[in-house]
Amino acid sequence: MFTSGSIQSTLSFREKVYSIDYILVFSILILGIISMFAMYSTGRGTYDYHTKSHILRFVVFFFFFIAISFFQSKFWYQTATVIYIVFFLLLLGVKYFGLTSSGSQRWINLYVINLQPSELMKIGLIMFLAKYYHRMPTTDVNKIKFLFLPIVVLIAPALLVVTQPDLGTALLIAAGGVIVAWLAGVRIKFFAYASIIFLSLAPIAISFLKPYQKARILTFFNPDKDPLGAGYQIIQSKIAIGSGGFFGKGFLNGSQSYLDFLPEKHTDFIFTLFSEEFGFFGSVFILLLYYLIISRIVKIGHITRSNFGKLYCYSFATAFFIYVVVNMGMVLGLLPIVGAPLPIMSYGGSSMLAIMFGLGVAMSFRIYKDSPVN
Amino acid sequence: MISTSSGTVNKSRMISRRMFITSIAKAVVLVGIFGRLVSLQINESKKYRTLSDKNRFREWRLAPKRGTITDYFNKEIASNKKVYQLHITPENTQDIERLFVRLKSILNLSNKRIFALRRKIAKQKPWEPIIVSDNLTWSEFSRINLFLHELDGAEPLVSVARIYPHNSTSHIVGYVSQASVKDLEQKEYLREMSVTGISVGKTGLESKLDKDIIGEVGFQRYEVNAYGKRIRQIKLDKGKSGKNYKTTIDLEVQNFTSKLLEEVSGAVCVMDIYNGDIITMASSPAYDPNAFVHGIDRKTWSALLKHRDKPLINKAISGLYPPGSTIKTLVALSALENDIINPNLVVQCKGYIDFYGERFHCWEKKGHGFMKMKDAIKRSCDIYFYEVARRLGVDRLSETSKKFGLGKKVLEGFKEERPGVVPNTKWKKKYIGKNWYLGETLHSGIGQGYFQSTPMQLCLMTAQLANGGYEIKPRLLTASNKEGNRLKEYIKYKNENPNSPLPIDILISNFNLNPLFRNQENINFVKDAMFASTNEPGGTSYKSRLKDKKFIFAGKTGSSQVKRFTAEQRELEVKQKDLDYKDRDHALFIAFAPYDDPKYAISVVVEHGGSGSSAAAPIAKKVIKKFLERDKLRESQSNLVGKEI
Repeated sequence: MFTSGSIQSTLSFREKVYSIDYILVFSILILGIISMFAMYSTGRGTYDYHTKSHILRFVVFFFFFIAISFFQSKFWYQTATVIYIVFFLLLLGVKYFGLTSSGSQRWINLYVINLQPSELMKIGLIMFLAKYYHRMPTTDVNKIKFLFLPIVVLIAPALLVVTQPDLGTALLIAAGGVIVAWLAGVRIKFFAYASIIFLSLAPIAISFLKPYQKARILTFFNPDKDPLGAGYQIIQSKIAIGSGGFFGKGFLNGSQSYLDFLPEKHTDFIFTLFSEEFGFFGSVFILLLYYLIISRIVKIGHITRSNFGKLYCYSFATAFFIYVVVNMGMVLGLLPIVGAPLPIMSYGGSSMLAIMFGLGVAMSFRIYKDSPVN
Repeated sequence: MISTSSGTVNKSRMISRRMFITSIAKAVVLVGIFGRLVSLQINESKKYRTLSDKNRFREWRLAPKRGTITDYFNKEIASNKKVYQLHITPENTQDIERLFVRLKSILNLSNKRIFALRRKIAKQKPWEPIIVSDNLTWSEFSRINLFLHELDGAEPLVSVARIYPHNSTSHIVGYVSQASVKDLEQKEYLREMSVTGISVGKTGLESKLDKDIIGEVGFQRYEVNAYGKRIRQIKLDKGKSGKNYKTTIDLEVQNFTSKLLEEVSGAVCVMDIYNGDIITMASSPAYDPNAFVHGIDRKTWSALLKHRDKPLINKAISGLYPPGSTIKTLVALSALENDIINPNLVVQCKGYIDFYGERFHCWEKKGHGFMKMKDAIKRSCDIYFYEVARRLGVDRLSETSKKFGLGKKVLEGFKEERPGVVPNTKWKKKYIGKNWYLGETLHSGIGQGYFQSTPMQLCLMTAQLANGGYEIKPRLLTASNKEGNRLKEYIKYKNENPNSPLPIDILISNFNLNPLFRNQENINFVKDAMFASTNEPGGTSYKSRLKDKKFIFAGKTGSSQVKRFTAEQRELEVKQKDLDYKDRDHALFIAFAPYDDPKYAISVVVEHGGSGSSAAAPIAKKVIKKFLERDKLRESQSNLVGKEI
């Protein structure tokens, strides 16, 4: 799909390498290494399948990230629509040829990897809308006819993902799209209208939810109602994090995860595991790393000259922030359990791929910060 | 071109402005997350650490081992055996119904039992273990262990349970059974232990000693995973087994007596007349106390309850019988002590006598003729004692009877023991609400009427006559150190002066004995009369005497009416054995032995046995021989007891 032939550059290789944001790269690397240890801990101190696979993925996708960084920003502008369409087709493919696991159809078998296109769509939609608004004069942004397409490209994939069913990812995809529109200058009143429509449709939407999804939402409001059922995850996660205290129970000593009280510890609850073992100290360290990563992406948005680049970087940074916050909010009992992975830390190939891809694209806006995109 | 460029700049400004707003929002959210971390991991960390420990540790309480109970010669009469049990913790099973189905195929669980278990589970907390079976066979136990991986929530374990090697001691020791709701309500120490399925003493010594014999509870603390599977043991406290007790019972005599009583319903008590050691306390029929340990089945239970002879009742202390002619010893003593009559008083027995317009009969229809007091006791003449009682009055008789142990509980801490009745004028007014009739005094004089006594009381009465009239405190448990030494002193004196009776000062100083007499001559007179009753021709128990010099005993028979004879029956000379079982007289016998140097007292009651001389005395004769044969052994053992305690 991406051929090196389409990359043209006036910068020398040395200049490119110099202009890489090393703080960002090292932050990602450190987070990656921490995630490997966390994964090792989920295996109770054995080098098990999850750990091996996570390390492999991180290494592969880290180099993928570096490689993507060297693609010209212009290239992303040119292919944004194509990328969106390809991801959308993959999503459609899931609908018809997808693999089903634990009750939801999210994956598509690409022989090398079982891909979860909904994760990729998080980035695809941001790219597409960044391109869409890049060209649009400020005066046109709030014209009804120009709002039509963004609504369609946002709703269509979100609906497909909701029906998988995967409410969490659908909401995160939609959040990414909304952020681009917001940054592009769409008036607040439109967001207000959209919210009103969304809320009025919510009861209808809820009637389409699976019972377990309904339970999760109800549980969030009162986790103690059914401590052994739907509220179990939130309660156990809070116990794990809280019992970690200031310095934590120590590496490989997290009793909540070791004794299986913690659910989904590889994926959505990896932060809980880390937090139990390394305490407040470790949690804040992770929070700082994410802050660093996000602020570096925002910084790229500041220095890149194209509106496409700015829109993309700001939106991606904000979306990234939302992913982190939604996951942490979830495991800290501040949000309902919707199933949202923690970027880079959580086990999961597609999520890792999508994040690394998004980071790579952002990095390319730094390397090619001064080149116009069209 | 310019417009486009300025549009681009405007756009860029718009984006930056909006990003600025977004950043502020992000900062707020970040502060929120940070605040939550502070609250969970710093402020409430302690609470969550406790919750985490609660998750990860689970404690299993271990029932302690009950102390053992032995007889005087250290033979066990209540001990412990290893048992295999199966418990279920409902919380730890995914699907309790499926578990039941699996267990049903492995064990022999009836649908009824499963129904009962289900109901019990519904009543208790899900983490409280429930006992499916507390006594599995080895093969059941090994099968459970084999299939354990598919029986989540099931916990096979090895425990100890009570075992009683002898049925003969069933009434002394009592039995243990699972603590009931009532037990838990009444006994604080049980609530504190809170061990599932702990056994508690229900009757007898098991109940009396429960608090100290039950032991101290232990616990096992395990780290468990989310599925309740034990990962590793953190702590093990085995608890402390209960205190061991040694009784005064001679198991050999107890078993022998129990065997003698096998065919009848009744009780036998044997007591050391000096220190009150109860050597035998047999009640018949006996039952199997082991049946209660693992929960008695309905059928056995109802059979025990419905049995004509009430096997669960300890007749030695809970059976109430009119003392009949055995009371004549006390009537005579009371009259002599109160100087009411002279033993040489002669009364003519014609077989009946009329008083206050009522005819009173002697058991000897033909009458005994003229006789003095000693003869009257020897031949158990009723007419003579009507006259004595008439002169004595019921209140004086009641005073003497109470002094000698009738009408009050003999043992301490046996909740099943009954005090019986020693009637007097006040008693009747209080409990029956009527005035005393003089005729009732006459009935009391031959131990009938309102008189009710237990075999143990009669034994105590006899012992206190036999030891020369000193108060003793009967006991079932061996004495502590101090008293042991006194006992030794006593025995030492006995050994050094084999033929002379104990001087009073030693008896009193050593045992803090309280004399029950005014003039010991009167006691000796009664003892003589009892000797005559057994060892002189014409005595009521002459046929049951032991001729061997070592074994010579002195006794008094008694037959207590259950139902009054009608004039018609009296006319027809209806024999006891021709009556309905339920209408036959109770047969009683009291005695002490050996006569020349008394050591032991015995009382025998045979329910509906007919007459004391034919049903009770022969049993007493055999038992007396038995315990006298073992006297030397007991003495050497008591030397040991004195030393080792």
